Amino acid sequence: MRELALHILDLLQNSAEAGALRVELGVEEDPENDILRISVGDDGRGMDEATVRRVLDPFYTTRKTRHVGLGLPLLAAAARRCGGKVEIESAPGVGTKVSADFRRSNIDRAPLGDLPQTLAIFLAGHPGLRLVYRHRVGPRDLTFDSDEVSARLGAVGFDHPLVADWVKGYLSEGLLNLQKG
Amino acid sequence: MSHLKSLDELEKIRQRALQETRVRQSGQKTQVVVGMGTCGIAAGARETMAAILAELGKRNLTEVMVTQTGCIGLCDREPLVDVIKPGQAKVTYARVDAEKARMIVAQHIINDQVIGEWAIATR
Ligand SMILES: Nc1ncnc2c1ncn2[C@@H]1O[C@H](COP(=O)(O)OP(=O)(O)O)[C@@H](O)[C@H]1O
Ligand SMILES: [Mg+2]
Repeated sequence: MRELALHILDLLQNSAEAGALRVELGVEEDPENDILRISVGDDGRGMDEATVRRVLDPFYTTRKTRHVGLGLPLLAAAARRCGGKVEIESAPGVGTKVSADFRRSNIDRAPLGDLPQTLAIFLAGHPGLRLVYRHRVGPRDLTFDSDEVSARLGAVGFDHPLVADWVKGYLSEGLLNLQKG
Repeated sequence: MSHLKSLDELEKIRQRALQETRVRQSGQKTQVVVGMGTCGIAAGARETMAAILAELGKRNLTEVMVTQTGCIGLCDREPLVDVIKPGQAKVTYARVDAEKARMIVAQHIINDQVIGEWAIATR
């Protein structure tokens, strides 16, 4: 994928498909130690140990519509290319956490990309799901909790075009502040 | 940080959105479903969905529900978009980029004209 944001979207979709009601997205940029870490944790159906072991294998999927799963192996390959790795913790009935590490300065590392747009669109497509997003760059951080937004919107959903636009603008502004400090 | 100020804008958005829906009669919604599995995402489904939301917003069409689905096994034809109008059969469009997405909103969702050229047979 040409943006890390697209890998993130793919992970968020996995969580949503696993029936998660609450998803936590973490992006940690640690310039000092040259690490960029993405993590997506959810309270979805989870996987047993045997499944977790197989899931990084490109020929594994539980879906019936296709014979290969692609998302996690693609992410693992991208991380490996950048001197990093993917780790999966999961428990059936509890949830799953997928973490991907990258060397931040590696020339093969895809740019973070349009994360505001990505999250606006994910939220628009998943009414009722709570997303908590934390982004850290060195000592500074940003937190976005979709429940705080929902509480102010009442019956109006994230799929309302004005809301999707607001999410995009709000996060773009937040990220800009975060990057420039 | 201007966080609190920005969150406060939501109140205006809420009021505007609720006014719009009061104008319309609360009939059944048109449903749009965008394929957002790995292949869809890699093929540009994020931009497709963004274009649909933006076009609906521009035309003030808030009685349309846009959701997402995972892989349905037609990976080489992603991004896939389903349009389901109340009382009509589902139409699935293949390889929908942002441009096509805007046309689908204008022709199919608004003017009720299926774009047969881009539709594929499902089931
Ligand atoms: N967050 C998650 N919770 C539960 N199961 C998951 C999660 N993420 C992935 N899986 C399981 O791993 C499989 C492979 O995932 P992935 O590589 O993304 O391919 P795909 O989603 O196309 O099947 C999924 O089909 C699913 O069974
Ligand atoms: Mg997947």
